[in-house]
Amino acid sequence: MSSKNLKLFTIPFNIQNPVTVQVLGICSALAVTVKLMPAIVMGLSVTVVTAFSSLIISAMRDYIPPRIRIIVQLVIVAALVILVDQLLRAFVYDVSKALSVYVGLIITNCIIMGRLEAFAMGNKPWPSFVDGLGNGAGYAMILIIIGFTRELLGSGSLLGHTMIPKAFYGAGYVNNGMMIMPPMALIVVGLIIWIQRSKNPELIESK
Amino acid sequence: MKNFSNTYIYIFSSVMVIVVALLLALAALQLKPYQDKNIEVEKKQNILASINIIATPANAAELYAKYITNSYVVNTKGEHLDGIDAFRVDIKTELSKPKEERALPVYVSTFEDGKNAFVVPLRGKGLWGPLWGYISFEKDLNTIFGANFDHQGETPGLGAEIKETFFQKPFIGKKIFEDSTQFVSIKVNKGGVDPNDPHAVDAISGGTITSKGLEAMVDSCLVLYKEYFIQNKK
Repeated sequence: MSSKNLKLFTIPFNIQNPVTVQVLGICSALAVTVKLMPAIVMGLSVTVVTAFSSLIISAMRDYIPPRIRIIVQLVIVAALVILVDQLLRAFVYDVSKALSVYVGLIITNCIIMGRLEAFAMGNKPWPSFVDGLGNGAGYAMILIIIGFTRELLGSGSLLGHTMIPKAFYGAGYVNNGMMIMPPMALIVVGLIIWIQRSKNPELIESK
Repeated sequence: MKNFSNTYIYIFSSVMVIVVALLLALAALQLKPYQDKNIEVEKKQNILASINIIATPANAAELYAKYITNSYVVNTKGEHLDGIDAFRVDIKTELSKPKEERALPVYVSTFEDGKNAFVVPLRGKGLWGPLWGYISFEKDLNTIFGANFDHQGETPGLGAEIKETFFQKPFIGKKIFEDSTQFVSIKVNKGGVDPNDPHAVDAISGGTITSKGLEAMVDSCLVLYKEYFIQNKK
């Protein structure tokens, strides 16, 4: 991978993160992060869909009539999402039930359409694929951080395994029920944005 | 930017849609056996849950084979119907048939101590979508042994609570017959219920329509088994 492509891949992890900097895909970040497992699967699904829709759209970009390009993008994204949904239903049924409608809602995830319009329509397939992969992974990273925090503090477990020793509960420790509620996901996102901004002064808007 | 003719746009979109549709149809066809297997395992888990046995997807088939020792199909007159696999009966299709033609599955479980429980399926409507579940009876076919409910899209935190144990547990020990022949079903009442009332459980606050839908589901499905219950009680 050339250094230019590598940058495409790494930039969404930090100063161009789709969730914390561009504030896209917040809806699903709140909804599927009560437990770590659905957050991981959702992150992977979105990564697969962004990467491959970018690849396909980029390969077709010279043949797509501009007047119907949004429809073409939607058809490709929808087809990939249905494919992912069918695969989840066949192989990880439990997780697919936990994600319920949110898998279908990947179609409306702004990150995907955003990358297709902003990048894939004007770049070669390979850089587009890398860009999609990076942005999906940047989104997945935030979901996993939130899912990790919420499951650990809210349910005292990780991936369903109990993490907090019994003695802690005996000593009066209680799981934070607030963490299970969607608003806490927003607060965790806020904390991540706060940390990220204080580390990267270039993200702070000039007054 | 290139200019595309209208003809090109029409051909482009038609070809694209056909290709995508073919690919998706092919994928759906290939994955169907795996998906059906998952649904079957879930059904076994739900049936086991109604006799108070918690199964994971991994051991559901094994536990099902161990505890569900018999299953058969009856009609609304309580007569046995031969040649139908109870597990393959879809209660949703049965409920859309005329009453006399319905095939009603009964699953019989046998526990280690030789006791039996009789499981029947339920299906009805909630606020946003279908409700379903299984309810099991002791050998008097009157006292509830266990109940399990699920839903498609009831409001989380309100109607969706019907799948929680705190709601399902109070069903245990309730009776569906008054004086052993008068069918009264189970009422799901708002605003607190006397725990000793043998025919009622507490509804879910804020989930009134779901609670009422569940009550109607229990009533409308169990009444079909009325004759069978009366004839076979011990």
